[in-house]
Amino acid sequence: MQISARHLEKITIFDVTGDIDLSTSPELRKALLRELRELRMPRVVLNLKAVRYIDSSGVASLVEGLKASRDVGARLVLFGLNTTVREVLQLSRLLKIFETYDSEDQAVAP
Amino acid sequence: MNRESMLLKLELRSNPEMLCVVRAGLGQLTEKLGFPEAECRAVVLAVDEALTNIIRHAYGGEAERPIELTCRRIQVRQNGASREALEILVEDRGLKVDGAKLCGRALEEVKPGGLGLHFIRESMDTVEFRRKIGKNQLRMLKFLHVTEPRKDS
Repeated sequence: MQISARHLEKITIFDVTGDIDLSTSPELRKALLRELRELRMPRVVLNLKAVRYIDSSGVASLVEGLKASRDVGARLVLFGLNTTVREVLQLSRLLKIFETYDSEDQAVAP
Repeated sequence: MNRESMLLKLELRSNPEMLCVVRAGLGQLTEKLGFPEAECRAVVLAVDEALTNIIRHAYGGEAERPIELTCRRIQVRQNGASREALEILVEDRGLKVDGAKLCGRALEEVKPGGLGLHFIRESMDTVEFRRKIGKNQLRMLKFLHVTEPRKDS
């Protein structure tokens, strides 16, 4: 998995590539919590278009990020969910708790 | 492939970096067996979650402990009829699995963790845990609905 960050005014966009599993999810968790808790970014957007695989540890990292965003009054936004990611989030029955969009334009819209 | 046969046997270490290797192998195997794409993904997810649980809970994060993964194509009697299935056995020599924790957790709770077992149960047709001669053994079955492999594989 690779994560790269872009900034658009007060929005951080993480482009995530590859597999999110037990070996890589700690890196995603750390990046999300840093942006939300330490840097206090009001919106963190995750581009998941290039994610090939996500498991329960990846979902747990997203849930932790979501909880952190709620704690600090920020937004965690997901976009570009492919079939694999969407299936796993549906299986967890947690898809509905996330703010999700199809495109980046929608995810960063005011 | 024979109707009833050993398909794959892997002995690996409890290193999270090996998970992607196992996923790749399982993905190809399920495709060869003719599972539809969504079921290939389901089997891969179940095995990945089983290995993740072993690494985290049975071995407490130690990276060099042994795990055995065996895949067979078998015939199963069900309701008087014979059905083909992929049988996957995952064995470890870690701490005994706590039966009380095998029920998973309420999915209504929005909290990280505890989803792995739910994913395994939802993805496979049969899931059985047992302790056998110092080993934890997880047996999973996925019934084959398609008999011929996909032509593009």
